[in-house]
Amino acid sequence: MDKAPVSFRINGKTWSGSVHPLKRLLDTIREDVGLTGTKEGCGEGECGACTVLLDGSPVMSCLVPTCQAEGKEVTTIEGLVRDGELHPMQDCFIQEGGAQCGICTPGMIMAAVAYANDPDSAEDMREALAGNLCRCTGYTRIYEAVRCAMEKMGDSGRSGKKDEGSRKKKAGAT
Amino acid sequence: MRTYLPEFDVVSPRTLDEALRVLSQNPPPTPLAGGTDLMVLMNAGQLKPGAYLNLHSISDLHRPIEEAGKEIVFSALTTYSEARRHPLVRRCLPMLGIAAREIGALQIQSRGTWAGNIVNASPAADGVPALMAYDTRVELASHSGTRTVNLCDFYLGYKKTVRRPDELITAIRISIPADRRIEYYRKVGTRKFQAISKVLLAGVIVLEGRRVEKIRLVFASVMPFTYRARQTESILQGRDIDSGLIAEALDVLKQELNPIDDIRSTARYRLGVAARLFEEFLQKARMK
Repeated sequence: MDKAPVSFRINGKTWSGSVHPLKRLLDTIREDVGLTGTKEGCGEGECGACTVLLDGSPVMSCLVPTCQAEGKEVTTIEGLVRDGELHPMQDCFIQEGGAQCGICTPGMIMAAVAYANDPDSAEDMREALAGNLCRCTGYTRIYEAVRCAMEKMGDSGRSGKKDEGSRKKKAGAT
Repeated sequence: MRTYLPEFDVVSPRTLDEALRVLSQNPPPTPLAGGTDLMVLMNAGQLKPGAYLNLHSISDLHRPIEEAGKEIVFSALTTYSEARRHPLVRRCLPMLGIAAREIGALQIQSRGTWAGNIVNASPAADGVPALMAYDTRVELASHSGTRTVNLCDFYLGYKKTVRRPDELITAIRISIPADRRIEYYRKVGTRKFQAISKVLLAGVIVLEGRRVEKIRLVFASVMPFTYRARQTESILQGRDIDSGLIAEALDVLKQELNPIDDIRSTARYRLGVAARLFEEFLQKARMK
């Protein structure tokens, strides 16, 4: 078969088009919607570079056939900006040096945002980011960036989570 | 991606009836649930061209986890994430939470389904052994009716199951186990998380004093399919647990298991580790 109509919301706007139902959501986002912030890493669901949010949950967009996005809400890295202001997670990745080559960064930030929005989704931050591989930074700065952002994002029901605090300790030590 | 998409047809039915009617056609389409197995094959150019049945368009197949009598019931599209976070599952079926967490990254857990894990029939499935150790029944629906199969009777051989191509899993019914049970779930792989297992043992034991009232021993990655070690269970059943019985059962287990040799590990390693896991589980029960 060839293409079929599909419609979903992406970054708050409705998008309708015609793509093959099994086309990877990753390719639909990049080629049809035209948002190239989402990257392809391994193309086999291991590296997390293509992570986007589907109805708020982190998914590997290389493993989601486009037909399964029908009627859903997709959020990509481009959707994090509000009124021209970067999301606190993006700010903190810059501030803490959480990115080097950048290929893993959009996926890493989307996984981190999913966790910051819903800290009960994982045991801790390390588990939340365990599906996102980075070959440059060694993760420490990424973890610092996520802690920084979660502090900035404030009191949305996260108090007492064990990821918090170590940043303050580190800041005190330096 | 190494796949030519026009070779693939996709049907996205609205209702279960429509899906079952489509499945009764010849040849029947292959059901596609969370995509965490099939889409990997597609990306690698290894997915067989033909017709696929998108299950996500059918709202009947995605119902909340529910308690029904002495069972907890999952729907066809219940994901690992949903189960892991569900209070009832956390309280009554803790091994499912552990299994969900070990299966893969959160991104995989939010798409992968328990029914998909069952039907994919990998010998290295992580979810199936936990389900099997809890005594699970699988509801299979087709255009001609519905039947229920014990999960421990679901597998016939490597990637061979009792599911007919026209059937769809519509519910997974898991028995709520006795409170005083002892559980064991341990996966041995190259890394602690996000690695395919070399050996996995999921077990449940219920003791009445020292006597083994009930025991379930389920191995993954050892045999060509998720394997319930019934012979070893029967040696233990009804007897008082002590070091003599454990040694006797261990001998039976080593005879009963005939491990696979593959890219991930050798038969010899698997047999050795399977025996160790078994001993660890039974010692834990003995010390209780």
